[in-house]
Amino acid sequence: MNRFGYVPGLSEEITRRDFIKLLTIAAATMGLPVGFVKKLEAAVKSPTRPPVIWLHFQECTGCTESLLRTSNPAFAKLILDIISLDYHETIMAAAGSQAEEVLQHMINKHAGKFICVVEGSIPTKDGGIYCQIGGKKAVDIMKEVAQKASAIVAIGNCASFGGVQSVEPNPTGAVGVMEVIKDKPLINVPGCPPNPYNILSTLLYVLTFKKIPELDEYRRPKFAYGRRIHDHCPRRAHFDAGRFVEHYGDKGHRLGWCLYKMGCKGPVTYANCPTTQFNDVGVWPIGIGHPCIGCTQPKVGFHLPVKLKVKPQEVVPPEQFPPITVKEGKATIAGVAAVSAALGAAAGAAGVIASRLPDKEERNHEGKTKES
Amino acid sequence: MIQESKYEVVRGKVITRTFLMFTFFFLLSLILLAVRFTKGLGAVTNLSDGYPWGIWIAYDVVVGSALGCGGYALAILIYILNKREFSPLMRSALLTSALGYTMAGFAVIIDLGRYWNVYGFALPNRWNLSSVLFEVAVCIMTYTLILWIELTPVIAEKTGWNRKKLEKIVMVAAVIGLILPTMHQSSLGSIQIISLKKLNPLWHSGFLPLFFLSSVILMGYAVASAESLLSSLYFKRPFEMNLLKKLSIYMVYIGFGWIILRFIELIFWGKISLVFTQGFYSFMFWLEVALFFIPSYMLWKYRSQLSPRKIFVFSIIYLFAGAIYRFNVYLIGWNPGSNWVYFPSMSETLITIGIVSFEFMIYLIFVKTFPVLPAKEV
Repeated sequence: MNRFGYVPGLSEEITRRDFIKLLTIAAATMGLPVGFVKKLEAAVKSPTRPPVIWLHFQECTGCTESLLRTSNPAFAKLILDIISLDYHETIMAAAGSQAEEVLQHMINKHAGKFICVVEGSIPTKDGGIYCQIGGKKAVDIMKEVAQKASAIVAIGNCASFGGVQSVEPNPTGAVGVMEVIKDKPLINVPGCPPNPYNILSTLLYVLTFKKIPELDEYRRPKFAYGRRIHDHCPRRAHFDAGRFVEHYGDKGHRLGWCLYKMGCKGPVTYANCPTTQFNDVGVWPIGIGHPCIGCTQPKVGFHLPVKLKVKPQEVVPPEQFPPITVKEGKATIAGVAAVSAALGAAAGAAGVIASRLPDKEERNHEGKTKES
Repeated sequence: MIQESKYEVVRGKVITRTFLMFTFFFLLSLILLAVRFTKGLGAVTNLSDGYPWGIWIAYDVVVGSALGCGGYALAILIYILNKREFSPLMRSALLTSALGYTMAGFAVIIDLGRYWNVYGFALPNRWNLSSVLFEVAVCIMTYTLILWIELTPVIAEKTGWNRKKLEKIVMVAAVIGLILPTMHQSSLGSIQIISLKKLNPLWHSGFLPLFFLSSVILMGYAVASAESLLSSLYFKRPFEMNLLKKLSIYMVYIGFGWIILRFIELIFWGKISLVFTQGFYSFMFWLEVALFFIPSYMLWKYRSQLSPRKIFVFSIIYLFAGAIYRFNVYLIGWNPGSNWVYFPSMSETLITIGIVSFEFMIYLIFVKTFPVLPAKEV
């Protein structure tokens, strides 16, 4: 939304071309073959739009912003078209107790059918009094809504792992949703903010296949978080060659060398940022010269200082790698020995001869005979 | 060559322990040569597409012919500068020259990958007249022939041929013998002018022919001095100290001149900083310069009190200096690309040792059969 209250694209029709393009990107993000675009399309066009309850707790609304303010205006429209967003504090028209009534109404009406999207961490210290909405503690709202939800999608690092609020000393005892709700299907889509395409793809997956995508140990969809940033980094060649940025603005920084020594968390962070990138114009943190802070990784993003170097999970890069050219030609030990022996023999013989030659001028045998 | 001094045959048995040692190495190399000529270069050498020229060219041909330039260097002194007093050294210098050049010629044939094509050299329609290498080959072959012609009076003295007719031929041969080494010894440097990017700029220069020619004259005097002292020692003959002292002063002049020329070239072509920045190459450059400088300085310092030992040691160092310079140009400073390596194999080195041993064998036989060394006038 811009300051005139107008969300670009939301009021306009999406062309079929843009629509298929978006679905294709989403399918690609999930690693699905092109044939699945049709299935996605069918799911999206289905008249029964699944209801979504979108909860906000301790957060900055950055995740919502990243969804609504993409450079591709059709994106937000698509999201809002395929789901029935029945409760979202940022964009809903209702306010105050009216809004809370809507929430109660919706969770009862769609009990067991709606998807609960959570944004923000949940405080647990002192009984969870540090975040309350309408006099209700966040932890209680969460438990109440989750009980009736079919699945939960935790969006952003805060909802997934506690986010910046959970950093030591963690005054509010902030935790991610998976610490509070343990008995419901839960998908984490971490990031600060997560890539909008990852949110879209996750929602599309659930809608299309009616199941939860394959998850990793931190409950992240493997299609988006299965690979290490370091392994797909366009600057990886500089890492392997030992070319590092030493200071911001130095020669290496201007030439786009590896940011490892600036504290890049790429070697321990799993996400598809290097390949999917952001804002539809191919930018991402490392691409613009900032080290990865590890915002998709628990206990890395916000917990480790930006400048801190992490230990790569493979070997530490050596200062110099061997040249990639293959040595040709031969140089054998026996040859070295033979040449050394020949040289030594020559020098030795010269030495022996020199020692036998007189070193005194007067012992010159020559003289009277020559100048005849 | 022209008869001006008296010479005599060395008395003694040809077959000695030293002679047998040389024979052993020669026979060993014959076995390896049989392998080389039947199984090819790859069977005995470390030569590759990157380093098609190895120790056989760098040592046997380039250094070997330089060591064979005693006759040439002395001829300049005797015939051009008219220093007739050096003529007693001439015959032995000619003999080593003839041996050195003959062996260099054989080494080229050993080094030829398709040696069975060598007859093409005798067919003028196959000549490439704009090739420096061709010039070197023709010169070396002709000069080898000239050297043996110059040696015919030695044989004539023994066999009693008609010496008057011979002397006319030898006169012409001596004149040609002065021109040819000037041509091909400088051309051995010219060859490397075309390896523009392959030869390190510390050595690559348009002056390569001059560096090669000037250092070969120095090596010629050094080899003549060392050989004179060596034969005096082993055949228990008087040392030619008066001649050698004068010769060593010429060596000092050429030695210092060579170093000055070397630095002038580097300074004028803006390459002087390379003498510190090229790592291993810089080290080899300084080694080379030091080997030229030390004997020049020492011979000059002790010029009034030179002993046979001093002249021998510094002559040998001069020979090493010239050899290192030639190795630097042909192998060490020569880099065909970072992925190529070369170091001579054991068989390759043993063949070289065998060729050198053969030279010594022929020398020993020759001086004990024909009057080559200066006569003792007691």
